[in-house]
Parts: sequence; structure tokens; C-alpha cells
Amino acid sequence: MSKISLIIKREYTTRVMKKSFILLTLLTPLLFVGMISLIVWLGGIKDDKVKTIAVIDKTHLYEKVLKSNESYSFQFVDAPVEVIKKQTNDNGKFTALLYITDNLIDNPEAASLYSEKQVNMELKSYIAGLLNKFIEEQKLASYNIPNLKEMVEKSKTEIDLKTIKWGENGKEKQGSAELALIIGMISAFTIYMFIVIYGAQVMNGVVQEKTNRIVEVIISSVKPFELMMGKIIGIALVGLTQFLMWVILTGVIFSVVGAILGANLDVNAMKQMGQMGMQSVPANAMPPEVQSLFTALNGVDFAQIMILFIVYFLGGYLLYASLFAAVGSAVDNETDTQQFSLPIMLPIIFAIYAAIYSAQNPDGPLAFWCSMIPFTSPVVMMVRLPFDVPLWQIGLSLTILILSFVGTTWMAGKIYRTGILMYGKKVSWKELLKWLRY
Amino acid sequence: MILLEIENVVKQFAEHRALDGVSLTVPENTIYGLLGPNGAGKTTLIRIINCITAPDSGEVRMNGKRMTPDDVQHIGYLPEERGLYKKMKVGEQALYLAQLKGMTRHDAQKALKYWFEKFEIDAWWNKKVEELSKGMAQKVQFITTILHEPKLLIFDEPFSGFDPVNTDLIKREILELRDKGATIIFSTHNMETVEDLCENISLVHMSKIVLQGNVSEIRASHATNTYVVRSQSPILGNENFELLSQISKNGMMESTIRRQLSGGNNLLLNEIIKQTEILSFEELLPSMNDIFIKTVKP
Repeated sequence: MSKISLIIKREYTTRVMKKSFILLTLLTPLLFVGMISLIVWLGGIKDDKVKTIAVIDKTHLYEKVLKSNESYSFQFVDAPVEVIKKQTNDNGKFTALLYITDNLIDNPEAASLYSEKQVNMELKSYIAGLLNKFIEEQKLASYNIPNLKEMVEKSKTEIDLKTIKWGENGKEKQGSAELALIIGMISAFTIYMFIVIYGAQVMNGVVQEKTNRIVEVIISSVKPFELMMGKIIGIALVGLTQFLMWVILTGVIFSVVGAILGANLDVNAMKQMGQMGMQSVPANAMPPEVQSLFTALNGVDFAQIMILFIVYFLGGYLLYASLFAAVGSAVDNETDTQQFSLPIMLPIIFAIYAAIYSAQNPDGPLAFWCSMIPFTSPVVMMVRLPFDVPLWQIGLSLTILILSFVGTTWMAGKIYRTGILMYGKKVSWKELLKWLRY
Repeated sequence: MILLEIENVVKQFAEHRALDGVSLTVPENTIYGLLGPNGAGKTTLIRIINCITAPDSGEVRMNGKRMTPDDVQHIGYLPEERGLYKKMKVGEQALYLAQLKGMTRHDAQKALKYWFEKFEIDAWWNKKVEELSKGMAQKVQFITTILHEPKLLIFDEPFSGFDPVNTDLIKREILELRDKGATIIFSTHNMETVEDLCENISLVHMSKIVLQGNVSEIRASHATNTYVVRSQSPILGNENFELLSQISKNGMMESTIRRQLSGGNNLLLNEIIKQTEILSFEELLPSMNDIFIKTVKP
């Protein structure tokens, strides 16, 4: 085995075998899924108070359709809209007002739902579901074909493909813009976190080798540059392992949790979903929030984001890790690292702020330039990716990133070579620059 | 046979010249002492031999050929401030270091088994280094240094931290290694060990070599013509020797004298025999310690 691969292997195995690594790798996805499930669950808890919805139905066609259930009770009123509106608030008689002005078959936009606060999603889909189903049945009946209803029901399970296609246009697009933002921010924060955590590991590793003087034994066997690169690559692999484990575990836990959540759902909710036409995952009966989330997730190109995430993570990590290694080599103990690590931390902290602002305008000048500058691009580009970045921009940004990390690694190698053998000397920035010329 | 030749090596750091025209030759199969006060340049010299740093000028030759980084495979180096990875297990670590020196895992395992048994430390194989005492860790390190059977061994203060029993063990191992054909460079402040083990020395001071040569020759050349004489009755100083001190000890007289008479030791002995019955007669050679201090003191 070549020497650098020996070093990589050591750096990798000692870290991966650590209890803290195993715990963190296993627990984080649980925590992540737990949090999301908690949010979904909290959103899904029904108010025990029955909400009363006023209905002004000018057509008088839908009294039988709008059936009250344990959460919602419909009360048909015959008063002017303005009067009812006044009673529709938190402390008033009604939670919301459904106003139907015309026959919905001829005029599907004739129904509106008024409320003081944002109506919750569940109510909206409940009403829409009831109305949709009724109208659908009416329409089917109007064709006068026997067994048509059964035929349509049957065919519904087979038109998966179509639903996905529809999901990509029109209304669905709006939902996925928010999702794109969430995915972008999550991957940006993850890259930021990985660079900081694993960069710091490189730095601490170098400091430890230097303070316990093992470095002298090792560089009498291998070149300092090999030792540095072995450490950087080994730790990069640790990071990748952790990332992949997180992705896989999160996926597994999500499907398990999804199955459990689905099993707990009442028949009513399942019916609703059928009516709402969100049958993209017909087998998994999930709450509407989860259902719509999954539908929107279908519209995101995860493969591209995953691959570019790994590429940008590696690029950004290599850029910063070599600088962290140089800093580690220049100091005598861990407490001294602060003086030098601050200037390295600044651009990456700036990057995360730039990413947050770029999310609001993913094609703006800040987003563009920060996704080109190598010190910020790994983080900022992550935010922009779900919003479809032109290919040439990704290419250019990656090229700059690669050239930069080759440059910083070369520089860091020179500083490292001198630094690891320097003891008992407070090193200044000027000194570091001098080492570059040795 | 000369194993290692260092010729006119100069190493300049920013404002400080660490080595200034240092030359020395280490004969094969001997123990060579590299002495000098702290900061004299010993460590820099050792690093140059190990190809860790390059000299600004001058040359290092091994077996007559200019040294290349590949030759470092044949060097075992035990640095003074030694360390191991604290969190790593002893056996794994020893294997790792041996493999870095170019041994295969299999060979390293076999050799380690031999040495761990010899030093009676097999029980430590799965212990973490942080659980070991300083002396224990040093034993492990000593083993990792010699494991790949290097032709040249460089020990920087190998006995610091060892108790007398282990010091003796390591001393015997070092002598055994030499008998098996290894050449050893010792860097130490402990002059007793130098007298015990080293055949030749170089004393580095202020980046230069100030004293070099065979240990017995150096001691003889620094002789102060002082002798210790044990006799039955007191002796008196005369024109042939000066009496420096005289005490009664265990029923006999112990006198320290300085010779004034020129010529061999027998001539002096003859002069003393005339006065009393001599029990013992010994030339007091200066210790390396005295020579060291005398040479280095401004």
C-alpha cells in the first residue's frame, strides 16, 4: 500500500470508529425526521372545538353536499355577505364563510372561502374535496353511461404518470418555489457546517500531531505534503461518509415514519385525498400536508442537487481545509489557533449570509458574484441550484473553485512544511508569508 | 567502513545560522555521540540527516553516495520529544508506523510480535496509548524505531523517562543492535552514557563543531595528570608530584596527586613506591561531563 493511502486509511478509520461520530451519524437523521414529523403532526392535530362555517349558497344546490363532520359544521344562512362577514372572526359565530354564487359545473370559480385569518389547509381541502366529488359525480352521471363511475375509479389508479406531469405545471409550481428555497437553504447550511466542522478537524489534527511531536517521526518516513494531503483526503472521506449515511438513513426513517403515519389515518382523510386528486402516492395514505410535500418533491431534480452538493462540498472543503491545515501547522497549541482561524472563518460566515440574501433573489448580482467567488461559491451556489442555474455559470464557478483550491493547497503545503517543525515561536502573518518563499 | 559522511553542512534560518560548516564521519557499526548544549544545532543536523530539512550547502553521504529521500527508509529515528497518537491502540499504531517505513503489514506483525514478547509488553497491544505511562509509551516507541531493522539508528535522548531497570534494558538492546551491524547516532546530554556507549563523539556548540574524535583519546588528551593513590600510610608531596588532598578512609590513605615529573606512569609509580606500600594507583581522567563543561563554557 502506498504511504499516502496508509495515512488516508488511518485518518479515516480512527475518526469513523469514534463513538461520537457513530452517534452523531445515527442520531442526526432521527432528529431531523423527528422534527419534521413533529411539525407535520402538530399541524395535523385537530382542534377539538367544532368550527362553524357559514355558507351562503345562492344556488341552493349544495346543502346536501356540505356535510358536517367532527371538526366542521356547516350552517346555511340567508343573509347579506357583509352581515355574515362581521360575524366571521376568531370570537364570532363563524370561522369562515363559504360563498357560492353560481352553479359550479358551469362556473367552477363561483365558490369563495372568506375568513379573517388564513384558512387552514385542511378546511380548504375538505370543502374543495366535497364539492369536487359532487360535481365529478354529477358530470359523470350526465353522460348517462352505466358503470362509468367504477370505470373512472379504476382508471384513476392507472393514470399516475399523468398526475406527475400535471404536478410540474401551473399551481404546483408555486408550491415548489418554497420547497426550492427550503432545499437550497438546507444544502447551503449543510455545506457550511461540513466545511467548518471538518475544516476544524483538519486543523486540530495538525495541531495535535505537532504538539505531541509525532509529526517528526512521520515526516522522517513520508513527505510533509503527503501527510497533509493524506489527512485532508481522509477527513473528506469521513465527511462524505457522514453525508451519505445521513441521506440514506433519512430516507429509510422517512419511509418508516410515513408508513406509520399513514396507518394511523382515518378513513375520512383517505377519502378526501382521493377526491382532491392528489393520488400520486395512492398506496400511502398520508395527511394532506405530507402528501402535497411529496408531490412537490417529485418536481425537484435531486440527483443533480446531490451530485453538485458533493462536488461543491469537496471543492469548498479542499479550499478551506488546506488553509486550516496551514494554520494548524503554524501554531503550538489549540488555543493559539484563534488568531489565525478568524480570517479564514470570516469569508465562510459571510458566505452563509450571502446565501440567505441570495435566496430572496437567486438570479441577482449578489447571488451571481458570490456563487463565482470560490470562498463563498460552495455555500451560495447551493441556494441557487434548485432555481435552475444556467449550466455555464455552474461550469465557470466550478472551474474557479478548482483552480483556487489547487492554489491554496500549494500555498498551504509550503507553510505546513515549515510550520510543523517550528516550536516555541509566536508566528505572525508576515512570517507565514515568508515561509511561502522558503 | 564509513557509513555516514557529513561534509561542510550549512543551514541558515531567517536571522540565525543553525549549522555553520559542520563535518563529521560516522564509522559503520559504531555508536556515535552527538553532544552539545540546547540550541546548538543538533536537532537541525539530525533533521538534515533524515532529509526532513535540506541543507543550504554541503553534502550528506550514506555509504559514499549522496543521500536521497529513499535512503531514509534505512534510518530509524527516535526524536527527543516523542509522541504517539494518544487515542490510537498500541498495536495498530506500531503497525501503522512500521508500514510508513515501508514494511508490509505481515512482516510488521511478525516483527512486532517478537519485540513485544521480548519486552514483555504483549498485554498492551489493544491498549490506547493514553492509558500507558510515559516509560511504557517510550518502550513502544523504541520498538517502532528499530522494527524495520534500519542500518542507521538515530536516538535523541533515548533514556529520558526510563527507570534504571528499563534504562539498562534499552542500553543492552542498543549494544545488541550494534553487534548485529547497526550504526547508531546518539544525541544526549547524559555524559555517563556517552562514556559507557560511544566510541566517537562530536560536540556541537554555537552551530559549529568544537570537539570531535574518539572518546578515550579525547579524555586522554584532556588529562590533567591527576592520580588517585590508595596506600597504607600517608605519602608526602615532593618535586615529582604535588599532593592535592589526602584523607583516611577505611583504614587506608586516599591521596590525590598531580604529577610534575615527565615520562610514563611507571616512573611516577616508582617515586611513590619509595614512600609506602601502594594498594591502588589510578589515573584520574576527566569525565566527559567536565570536558563538555570546559569546552562549552565561555
